[in-house]
Amino acid sequence: MPAALAATGVQKRYGRAQALAGADLRVEEGELFGLLGPNGAGKSTLVKIACGLVAPSGGTVEVLGAPAGSREARRRIGYLAELFRFPGWLSACELLELHQRLAGSVGGRDERSELLDLVGLGEATEVKVETMSKGMQQRLGIAQALVGSPRLLMLDEPTSALDPIGRRIVRDLLLELKARGVAVLLNSHLLSEIELVCDRVAIMLAGRVVSQGAPAELARPRGVEVETGSGTRLFEGAGRDDTPKIVAGLVSEGQEVFGVRVLSSTLEETYLEAVGGG
Amino acid sequence: MSGVRIVVCYALQESLRRRVFLVVLVLTAVFLALYGYGASLAFDETSGFTGSGDPVEAEVLTGSTIFGLAMFSILFLGAVLAVFLTLSSVRGDAERGLLQPLVVRPLGRTQLLVGRFAAAATVCAGYVLGVYFLAMLITGLVGGWWPDRVLGPGIALAAAVCVIAALTLLGSVYLSATANGIAVFMVFGAGLAAGLLGQIGEALSSNSLERIASVASWILPFEALYQSGLDGLTADATGFTDIAVQLGPFGGAQGASALLWPWALTYVVAVGLAARWGFMRRDL
Repeated sequence: MPAALAATGVQKRYGRAQALAGADLRVEEGELFGLLGPNGAGKSTLVKIACGLVAPSGGTVEVLGAPAGSREARRRIGYLAELFRFPGWLSACELLELHQRLAGSVGGRDERSELLDLVGLGEATEVKVETMSKGMQQRLGIAQALVGSPRLLMLDEPTSALDPIGRRIVRDLLLELKARGVAVLLNSHLLSEIELVCDRVAIMLAGRVVSQGAPAELARPRGVEVETGSGTRLFEGAGRDDTPKIVAGLVSEGQEVFGVRVLSSTLEETYLEAVGGG
Repeated sequence: MSGVRIVVCYALQESLRRRVFLVVLVLTAVFLALYGYGASLAFDETSGFTGSGDPVEAEVLTGSTIFGLAMFSILFLGAVLAVFLTLSSVRGDAERGLLQPLVVRPLGRTQLLVGRFAAAATVCAGYVLGVYFLAMLITGLVGGWWPDRVLGPGIALAAAVCVIAALTLLGSVYLSATANGIAVFMVFGAGLAAGLLGQIGEALSSNSLERIASVASWILPFEALYQSGLDGLTADATGFTDIAVQLGPFGGAQGASALLWPWALTYVVAVGLAARWGFMRRDL
C-alpha cells in the first residue's frame, strides 16, 4: 500500500541557496503528521514540492503512489498555503463552488454547506472574502482545501491567524479528518498544537529531517520525581520502567511514599534540543 | 466542464465584478460623448470645404480623419484594458498568493494560461468592437460618413489588442505586475513610434525610416493591424481625397500584406508557447 506522501532524498536549490538537502519523509494514509522546524528549514518548500508548485532539484516525491505534481497526484490532495489570498469579490460559497469545478467535485451545495459548517462559517456563505477577517479567511482556506474530499491534506501554518476558538475548531477538524482516514501533513510552529493532535512528527533543520517519530517517542526521559515523608526526591535519568524499583527501594529504606511522577521532556524541549536552540 | 472554460468563466466574472471595469465603462461613455460633440463641430466647420484645384470630398476627409483618431483612442483604451486584465496573471498573482490555490488543482498550467488569455481576449475584443461600432454610428449619424469597410477595421483593431494581451501575459510570467505594466506600455509606445517613423519616412521619401517602420511592424504586429484597420476606412477613396486623408496620429493607413493575418496568428501562438515554457518552469 503506497504511503500518502513519500519523499526520498529530496533536494532543492534556489541559485546558490540549498533549501532542501536530501529530505526523507513518509506520511502514512490516515496519519496526522506534524512538520516542525525553524524558519528556513525547508518545510514549506517540501510541502510545495509535494503539491507540484515547486520542482525539486533532486530526489523523488510521490503522493499516494503518483509522482508529485502529476494530475493524478493533484486530484488527491488538498492544500492551504502559508501565504494565500482569495479573490475579494467572491463570496465564501462562490469560492468553494469555483474549487469544486476545478477539482471536479460533484458534491454540489451539500458539500459546500458541510465544509462551511465544519470550519464554523455556516452563517457566512454569502459573505464576500474582502469583508472577512483574517481568521475567517484562514478557516475558509481550510474549507477550500477540503473540497473534493482529498486523501492527503497539506496545511502550511493553518492556525497562524486564528484566535483560541478558531484553533480549537481546527484541532477538532483535524481529529475529525483523521477519523475519516484522511492523511494530514501539518506544518506549524505551534508545538503544543502539534503535540496534541499529531500521531508522528518530523523535525527539519537546514533542509533535512533530523528527527522523526511519535511525540512520546521523541520525548527524552528526565527522571522520576517521588514525594516522600522527608520531601520530594528526583531520580535523574530514570524512566517509567525504573519506577517500581525506585519505589521498592524507598519503601525498604523505611520511607513513606505519597506520590510518584515520571518526568519526560516536552516536544518543545525536544525540538529546541534538535535545532540547537535549547 | 473543461479547465479552460472554468478559468474563462472565472476571469470573465472577475472582469465584470472588478470596479476598474466600471470605471473603464464610465470613461468610455465620457469619451464617446466628447467624440460625438467633437465630430459634430468638425463636420459643421468643414462642410463648405472643397479644396483648391482637385476637388476634395469634405465629408470623407473629415469623417475618415476624426474616425481615424477615434481608432487610435480605441486602440489605446483597449490596450489599457488588455494590460490591466493580464499584467499580474502569473508572477503578480503568485506573489500575492492568489495563484497557488488554483494551480494545485488538477487543472494544468497550460489550461490556466489559455483560459486567462481567452478571457482577456474576449473582454478586450468585445470592448474594442463595441466602442468601434458606437464611434462609427456616432460619426455616421452626426456627419453622414461611413467607412468604406465596416467590419474589417474593427476586427483588425480587436486583433491588435489581443496581440497586446498575449504580450502582457507573456510578461506576467517573468515580471512583477508593475514591471510588466511598464514594459508592455513601453513596447506599445515603441510600436506607435515606429508607425510615426514610417509616416515621416514616407513624407521624406526615406527608405531607411520606412524599412525601420516595416521591420518594427513585423516584430510588433499590433501596429501593422492598426494601420491595416485605418487603411480599410478609406479603401475606396480615390483622387486627391485619398492623398489628403492622413489617418491616425501615430502611423498612417497602410494596406496589409497577405501575410499579416497568418503572421499575427503565428505570433500570438509563439508568444503563448513562450509563456507556457516559462510558466511550466516557474516555482510558485
